[in-house]
Amino acid sequence: MEGLSVADANLVMYLHPSKSRNVSQSILRELGSLLFKFNETFDGVLLAYDVNILDKQAKILSGVHPYFGLRLKANLLLFSPKPDMLLEGKVVKLSQESIHVIVLGFSSAIITAENIRGEFKYRTKDKEELFASKSHKRHVIKVGTMIRFLVKSFDEEILHIIGSLISAHTGSIRWLDRHLEEDSEFDRSSMKSRDREWLGDKTVDEGATPMSYDNHIKMSKKRRITE
Amino acid sequence: MGLELPKYPEMEEDQVFNFTDSEIVSHVKQALASVLSGDNNSYNQLVGVMHHSKHLAPDEVALLETTLKALAGAVSSIDITYHDSLLSAIFCMSMWNYGPHVADALAELIVSLAISNGKYLDLCLGMLVSNFTPPPYFLDKLKMPHGLERKGQVLSRVHAAFKKIADYVPLAPLRLLTIVLQGMPTIYHKDRAIVIYVENMLKLESGEIGELVGSTILMAVVDRLIELDVEIGWDAILQDDFSKGIFEMELEDVDDIEESAEPDVGEFRLSRKSLAGNSIAELLDNLLVLTFEHLESCEREGRLAKVFETLLQSFQVTVLSAYKSKFAQFVMFYACALDPENCGMRFATMLADLFVQDSQPQPTRMSAVSYLASYLSRAKFLAASSISSMLKRLVDWCLEYCEAHDGDINPNAHRVFYSGCQAIMYVLCFRMKVFVDVPRLKSELLIPLEQVLKHKLNPLKVCLPSVVEEFLRQAKAASLFTVCKTFIFDGLLESELSRAFGGLERLDTFFPFDPCLLKKCDSFIRPMFVFWSMVKPTHDDAFDDDDDDDGSSDDYLVQDFVNENEDIMNDEFGKSFDEQGVDMDDFDYALKKMSITPKATSNYKFGGRFQEPARMPSRIRPSTSPESL
Repeated sequence: MEGLSVADANLVMYLHPSKSRNVSQSILRELGSLLFKFNETFDGVLLAYDVNILDKQAKILSGVHPYFGLRLKANLLLFSPKPDMLLEGKVVKLSQESIHVIVLGFSSAIITAENIRGEFKYRTKDKEELFASKSHKRHVIKVGTMIRFLVKSFDEEILHIIGSLISAHTGSIRWLDRHLEEDSEFDRSSMKSRDREWLGDKTVDEGATPMSYDNHIKMSKKRRITE
Repeated sequence: MGLELPKYPEMEEDQVFNFTDSEIVSHVKQALASVLSGDNNSYNQLVGVMHHSKHLAPDEVALLETTLKALAGAVSSIDITYHDSLLSAIFCMSMWNYGPHVADALAELIVSLAISNGKYLDLCLGMLVSNFTPPPYFLDKLKMPHGLERKGQVLSRVHAAFKKIADYVPLAPLRLLTIVLQGMPTIYHKDRAIVIYVENMLKLESGEIGELVGSTILMAVVDRLIELDVEIGWDAILQDDFSKGIFEMELEDVDDIEESAEPDVGEFRLSRKSLAGNSIAELLDNLLVLTFEHLESCEREGRLAKVFETLLQSFQVTVLSAYKSKFAQFVMFYACALDPENCGMRFATMLADLFVQDSQPQPTRMSAVSYLASYLSRAKFLAASSISSMLKRLVDWCLEYCEAHDGDINPNAHRVFYSGCQAIMYVLCFRMKVFVDVPRLKSELLIPLEQVLKHKLNPLKVCLPSVVEEFLRQAKAASLFTVCKTFIFDGLLESELSRAFGGLERLDTFFPFDPCLLKKCDSFIRPMFVFWSMVKPTHDDAFDDDDDDDGSSDDYLVQDFVNENEDIMNDEFGKSFDEQGVDMDDFDYALKKMSITPKATSNYKFGGRFQEPARMPSRIRPSTSPESL
């Protein structure tokens, strides 16, 4: 999946004097307040961080409130989807008009009917709504399917993605991967294996703490993609 | 009636039902699309249907429902700029105006709209939040059965919609939180919308997205309670005559006094009477009751411990730092009463921790110990062991302080110390009997206490005279210890020295858990509250109850909040309550009948050597005064 990156950042954080009693807690709190929000400086949504204080000494700013500036070094996990990137997510709602997907457990995406290629036909089978491919019988998208789709636009405030399934390389991930041989343009092996495997897990809970994402990544290396 | 029905293709009356859903949806899509090419006719008709909300005929209702459902299917065709009149019409609709089917369709439309595009999310959530409160004309109808039914119908759909949106847009609760907090009616809203709004907030807290938004919502509710609390001036409550001591009769039930012909009564401004017309007080009363009921439901669901943590935090941040909060702290009291072992102890421990921490500012420490003292005295549900362990902690701290400071009496320099001593004495005034009857406690607690009180710092001289006087009287009667100097206070409530240690904030006269003056609240709190008249002061052998057959005059509690532990004091009172089955009417009658001078009696001997059933002291005077300032 594209759009995820790890960045090394040199940060300077300014803290109010009242926070001087417990500096590490204040740093974590400040960074925590940036989570799941789009940050212009980082050009992405902060998902997780790992931070170290570089220097125990901090410069005090002159002014009415003597804030002090701490130099930090941080590893940041960022999510910044751009148009024409391929993303992966789980289908949570499906209707004739649209497919609703959740990416990485926190970002919602919608693919409207006009952005679904003609190959897929809406059908109701056994009271279950699904999109089935006309040319490949096994290629089916229904609630719970992990799909790969193209990004059309990204709303930075709500973290809402408008996607499309027009391109031939989009659709149900399970089906697409099984038919890799037919596909020469996109080199799946070049994608970070840990990202793929992580997404294969069940959707991460909304309540997951930032550090648990990191743990998830490490723990899930052995898991396969499941649906 | 002046409404043009949208021209569905080939529509004749008997053919209306032949259209499939998808046909209607595509028609609506066409209408929406035609706006882009300049043809607004069918679009304007659509908008017209949305606006038509009052006095709808059945076929108009059906039309509205169909249109809403069709729009839900066509959300992808709605454009935020071209169709803004339609959107504003939708967002202005109030579910309170319609029946269940239309409300369903409207909720479905809002959900579809919210999840279709990030741009609509905030607007949709805002629309749902505005449906927390009914339109102004409906507010009066809320009490009636029809109104209640409509309320249940609307609110269930609103909260279900939140859940659905949160399922598809995981970050929606975060945005919802912001919108809910921003939308809170201020306390100056004339239409009292805040009560139903807070009801909705609490419903969110206990609902399915409660885990995500609950704690922030609770803290916002407590903030609002304090805001209201602060609006009620102390002058609305303060009595005129400062010479009445704290241990004079408490304002336990004043309803009757207003009609009583007793001449003495008129002199004192009765606080509850003056609060009666106060609309802010009424509002606070209603909100507190809502909160109590919410806590009860949390307890039933087994979530109270978790909710309590949030309340504790909120207490420290908001209530403790507010200047002499009057009633908002009863939220903590009630929560503790629902779970005495965990929450009850947790609260006391938190307060004691704050008191002993040097790093906390002085007013915070003094406030904390005042809260602790009032709480330990008034909480009927606390076990004697809990109270004694807390007291021991306070006494130990005071002793340590004495040993570390070798100075003379100095109210300004040792404010925290004096407030600690006063707290101990205050609690012992209420709970002396407990300690008298248990020899172990006597030695553990009272010996160090004696050392503290006889120290050079002289807390007996500095602390509030009425507290000291009562304490010494009881201590003497219980033969605990005697002081060599006699203190003559002349029944003074306060002295210059006590004012000095109390400081500008007058924390020397702060007794936060004094009887709650808000009527509805009080009925919740009463069963678990210790009134001064319930306490059998050790020196009171000159008290009597009225004639035996009237018996009920002393006991006024209709329900006894049964305390399961072996608390001696509670057992005794439990006995007496059972024997004298009390009735509010009898009590009122007795109040009127009350004599002024106490009758001598030999029924009760000090120390309980005679196993006569314990009698409650009768009221000495009919005129009552609020217990605290």
